[in-house]
Amino acid sequence: MNQFTDKRKGMDHKDLAVEARGLVKVFGDNRAVDGVDLNVRAGSIYGVLGPNGAGKTTTIRMLATLLKADAGSAKIFGYDVAKDAQIVRQLIGVTGQYASVDESLSATENLVIFSRLLGLSRAESKRKAMELLEEFGLTEAARRPLKHFSGGMRRRLDLAASLIAQPPLIFLDEPTTGLDPRTRNQMWDTIRRLVKEGSTVLLTTQYLQEADELADRIAVIDHGRVVAEGTVNDLKESIGTSSLHLSIQNEQSLSKARLIVERVLNVQSAVTAEGGKITAPMADADRVTDLLITLREAGIQLEELSVQKPTLDEVFLSITGQNTASNTQVKKEELA
Amino acid sequence: MSSTTIKAPHERKLRRKTNFRESVKNSLTMAYRGLLKIKRTPEQLFDVTLQPIIFTLMFTYIFGGAISGNVQNYLPVIIPGILVQTVITTSIVTGVQLREDMDKGVFDRFKSLPIARIAPLAGALLADTIRYTIATVLTFSMGYVMGLRPEGGLGAVVVAGLLVIVCSWAISWIFAFFGVISRTASSVQGISMLVLFPLTFLSNAFVPAETMPKLLQWFVKINPISHLVTAVRELTNSGTVGWDFTISLIGATVIVAIFAPITVRAYMRRA
Repeated sequence: MNQFTDKRKGMDHKDLAVEARGLVKVFGDNRAVDGVDLNVRAGSIYGVLGPNGAGKTTTIRMLATLLKADAGSAKIFGYDVAKDAQIVRQLIGVTGQYASVDESLSATENLVIFSRLLGLSRAESKRKAMELLEEFGLTEAARRPLKHFSGGMRRRLDLAASLIAQPPLIFLDEPTTGLDPRTRNQMWDTIRRLVKEGSTVLLTTQYLQEADELADRIAVIDHGRVVAEGTVNDLKESIGTSSLHLSIQNEQSLSKARLIVERVLNVQSAVTAEGGKITAPMADADRVTDLLITLREAGIQLEELSVQKPTLDEVFLSITGQNTASNTQVKKEELA
Repeated sequence: MSSTTIKAPHERKLRRKTNFRESVKNSLTMAYRGLLKIKRTPEQLFDVTLQPIIFTLMFTYIFGGAISGNVQNYLPVIIPGILVQTVITTSIVTGVQLREDMDKGVFDRFKSLPIARIAPLAGALLADTIRYTIATVLTFSMGYVMGLRPEGGLGAVVVAGLLVIVCSWAISWIFAFFGVISRTASSVQGISMLVLFPLTFLSNAFVPAETMPKLLQWFVKINPISHLVTAVRELTNSGTVGWDFTISLIGATVIVAIFAPITVRAYMRRA
């Protein structure tokens, strides 16, 4: 089930920006993070992919010294997050899911205060703030209080604040959730540029497409565990590029149709809760012809047929053989 | 910065701890943030402006005749009492606001920065001394308007004011502690009032202790608020610095010595 986990035994530890071993965090009786291992190579973009409540935010918070792990250990560039927390903080920038900037202050004031806290002089702080505001296209809004900022502007300011010290490792917790496509693309460009300049980026996302666009490697996380790890291509190969959706005219023959789908395409299928639609990964489009012929021969009449690009659900289906947590029940988001 | 490359970790100067000078600097920056916030939302100064005016008027005219024969004679008794009560009550707000502030995302950033852990707390508390100063100035001004002419002179009044501000700052660490460990801002308010209300009223702030039952007199005597009130009275009314002044400062030191570390520890644990 864990066919992509690559232990990377031969890897030099100095190359690792993040090295986590068996991280565990328990909130009450909810094991939010349940033994997560991560290896992030310096200079790469690493995507942590999973649904709401999978443990992504909690994992990032532990790596960023914001939360103590109940078990396991993590190293950032070789420094232990528990023992050398203050050193780790000098090497990271964190941009949270909820903008970690001061609402009642202006963009400039926020950046100046963070710069001052990081040890820059008054003049340097002002200059740095101006520089970052310009870089992130916020100069015009510099003096406005953040209350009047749009979601995208706030995210950009948040990211700008994380870059003051030019940290070699940047954590981005769902950097594009809630952004419109244009601002999302801008954010992606920024992230790519950061890596080009030598940073390492660890980002979480709910969207496969985002991980696809950006990440060199991906860890799929569910119920606090890494259920798959590998390059984007590894993952894609496992689920096929697209998935097939079939509706049957006569619901009685649903299970029969499902058997045929699984036999002909040689994959696992699923039935959606609403409307009894069969979904199956489509690794090889050519086989669909065989499938349709077999269905016709078996006398099963189709109502609708569609092909969809893979979603996170299908990744999960393919990897874990079960639906994502967000499908079966809405789990409480772990923020603590 | 778009052309610069990012320095690798091993090329950086990394320090394991923040030193004392940096801690002070960080705290002052955080205090600057607190002042900016007050400047942005001046309506939060309502309580410190109105409370001294209303309470001073109210208590002086209600109790004045009954306790000291007339309002004029009561002023030297009540103004120090009201001053201590008002300013210390103001320090509850520190805890409440800290709780509200900590729930916001920006505190995550503070925690993830390589700064002194105490700075976000110390800074918030430091910024709030501006509130105590406003309350102090207004209470004395009200007293003056109503006819109080402190015999200790202006210098002694200033010293008395500073003493109250310092002690309230120390006490605000207690409420900051409640702020850090509580779940909601309103529960901070609740617990703090519960602690403070008996403390300020079971003191010599409003009436002389002699008419109280024995047990109460004993409590009033050991109540640190009484010592602070007495110290302020001695300063404003005769310009003398006595044992109560010393006790108040010792008390303030002890409170900070106990509550500052446990508050910072609780703050870090909640992380």
